[in-house]
Amino acid sequence: MKRRQSTSVPCCRERFMELAFYIAGAVAVISTVLMLTRLNVVHALLYLIVSLLGVAVVFYALGAPFVAALEVIIYAGAIMVLFVFVVMMLNLGAPAAKMEKQWLKPGIWTGPVLLAAILIVEVVYFVRRGAPGMSSGAIDPKQVGMALFGPYLIGVELASMLLLAGLVGAYHLGYRKPEKVEIQHDADTHERRVAAGGDLVLAGTDQPARTP
Amino acid sequence: MLLAGILFSLGLTSLLVRRNLIFVLMSLEVMLNAAGLAFVVAGSRWHQADGQVVFLFILAMAAAEVCVGLALVLEIYRRCKSLDVDGLSEMRG
Repeated sequence: MKRRQSTSVPCCRERFMELAFYIAGAVAVISTVLMLTRLNVVHALLYLIVSLLGVAVVFYALGAPFVAALEVIIYAGAIMVLFVFVVMMLNLGAPAAKMEKQWLKPGIWTGPVLLAAILIVEVVYFVRRGAPGMSSGAIDPKQVGMALFGPYLIGVELASMLLLAGLVGAYHLGYRKPEKVEIQHDADTHERRVAAGGDLVLAGTDQPARTP
Repeated sequence: MLLAGILFSLGLTSLLVRRNLIFVLMSLEVMLNAAGLAFVVAGSRWHQADGQVVFLFILAMAAAEVCVGLALVLEIYRRCKSLDVDGLSEMRG
């Protein structure tokens, strides 16, 4: 954590990187705590995204830009999209419209936006000052790639097999879902059609079929 | 290192406290992230690229785990119509 070994870099930059590390770490911890205390899943997801971005900035401040980029792309991008899709498919909230009205109020998303703004300010400052000092112990992607495809080649193969297994497993677990949902949906609309007196237009919409 | 410890303990606390499956998966994400952070910090401390390599492996493992875990969540929700972990304790034998 303390990178005071390299004496050739200017003291100012070193102090700045340390300060950035602590600020981003504080942002990550705060957003994680806020994530744990949310009751709504989507609010917690927002805070989790901010927490992951904070950890990414921590990586950048530590001199690992490659890992920081991967963290943003894979964690905050792909995995969070998975979460959001599952929350969407679960369709937990019956009063979804009420929730939508709540989300439009500014009270809920100000917290993540504020925390993310701190991170953005930090990143803009990084970009202004240039890349983190390569001389001060930063490990560039080339080194990581050399290590990854040199001594750790078997690990790469194992990781690819693990990913393939995850893909096949997820496909197998979610295999029968589209059929079932479609059948259920069919039955649902059939009932509604009967309830609406055979009127297809009324059966397609939710509200008028139930009011008469 | 301290930051990684704090994040890991937060994730563990949430794993023990929360009773929603989505929250359990999210706290698992936090814990894996904290472990990866510890690896990267150690690699940066000793100027080795190995820490970042291990972080890449953790990343791939987290992706696969979340993939399967979320598929399981969907299946469980379809079967039980709830995401409560306590409701699943009858799943034995």
